[in-house]
Amino acid sequence: MKILTLNFLTCARKLCKSSNTAFPLHPKEADLEIVETEINVLFLKNIMGRLMWEELKGVVGELGLPDLPPTPPEPETLVETKLQAPEGDNTGLNIEKAEVPSQIAKDLHRVLLETCVKEGKLVCGNCGHEYAVREGIANFLLPGHLV
Amino acid sequence: MLPTPSTAHVCFDHVYEPAEDSFLLLDTLSSPSETAFLHSRFKQTSFQEGSNETCNSSSPLVLEIGVGSGVVLAFVAANASNIFGRSDVLTLGTDINSFACKDASRTVQTATDEHCPTPFFDIINGDLASSIRSSCIDIFLFNPPYVPAELPDLSRHDNYNTLPMGQTSTSFEQDSYLLALSYAGGADGMEVTNRMLEQIPQILHPVRGVGYLLLCAQNKPEEVKQHIRNWGSRWMAETVGSSGKKAGWEKLQIVRIWRETSK
Repeated sequence: MKILTLNFLTCARKLCKSSNTAFPLHPKEADLEIVETEINVLFLKNIMGRLMWEELKGVVGELGLPDLPPTPPEPETLVETKLQAPEGDNTGLNIEKAEVPSQIAKDLHRVLLETCVKEGKLVCGNCGHEYAVREGIANFLLPGHLV
Repeated sequence: MLPTPSTAHVCFDHVYEPAEDSFLLLDTLSSPSETAFLHSRFKQTSFQEGSNETCNSSSPLVLEIGVGSGVVLAFVAANASNIFGRSDVLTLGTDINSFACKDASRTVQTATDEHCPTPFFDIINGDLASSIRSSCIDIFLFNPPYVPAELPDLSRHDNYNTLPMGQTSTSFEQDSYLLALSYAGGADGMEVTNRMLEQIPQILHPVRGVGYLLLCAQNKPEEVKQHIRNWGSRWMAETVGSSGKKAGWEKLQIVRIWRETSK
């Protein structure tokens, strides 16, 4: 499961819904893997406004990954203009301006969309319940007495 | 017509096989009237237009409950540009059946790899939307277990949700149980849907949120729509797709659920 997904999940227990410590869930004993996907800069630009950044930063820190910037990067910092030859043109005569993902965008994409919890647990900060992640799929089913 | 995602890898012994209901949902979501509605609701505005537009410009999040084979979520992800007029759409799914979660995950991944780099989140193994943070869902999709049939005994779920100890395949009883989860809806076929409806006002985004719910004739769709409208004066519920017309009765229909924005 992707790190970004954790920004949209809370504890499944009814009694935790009103608690502000039930989000975000805290990864524990997490075994991480990188699953490469194509970068979508438009998406990175348009997701910034809806992320709970502080919580995201917290989770990234708990996983021991490199710190995220203190505030969400501005959309214009996610692309940079580069001078390059058109694809397949090796003459070096036709240089054009192209928009490419910036290093900031690449780093964000790596952490948010390519870094996945493969095995481990997700712990609720309110009730302490631990949800298992196995083979990349988180199990939020509760035993009968906790529903 | 937009392509239907491949589900060739899915094990239909214990995961619901795409059928008329799944295809009605696909057809409705890609119909001219619904794409027009969704395009205008999720219009991208440019970044320079000021902060009051951020609500409209941020990437929409699609949640499908009970993904089964994943065919619906994969279709939405792969055809996001056609359906919503933008490719920066996020897709998230849940299913109570862990085998469905694994298979659906692959269905969506394959479809997005082939067609468009729509960011696909994850499939979560859970009960309806119980683990979803409130107010963050923009598009909600649900093809529920709608058949009026007794609900399976959930006390067996833990045992049946994983491969039997030391085995490499599921048992016949296990498969029957898992399939029953995908179709049996209890009294009027509405027991699971009613539990889901209770969660909808919580999880839907207060301005952009819109849901698509499949119902069959036995679910008493007119009553269900009235129930939703009774949530408050701005709540709307209308039939936007149907199939299997017989003597004026729709066998299956898709109900769109949304809040009118105050002008």
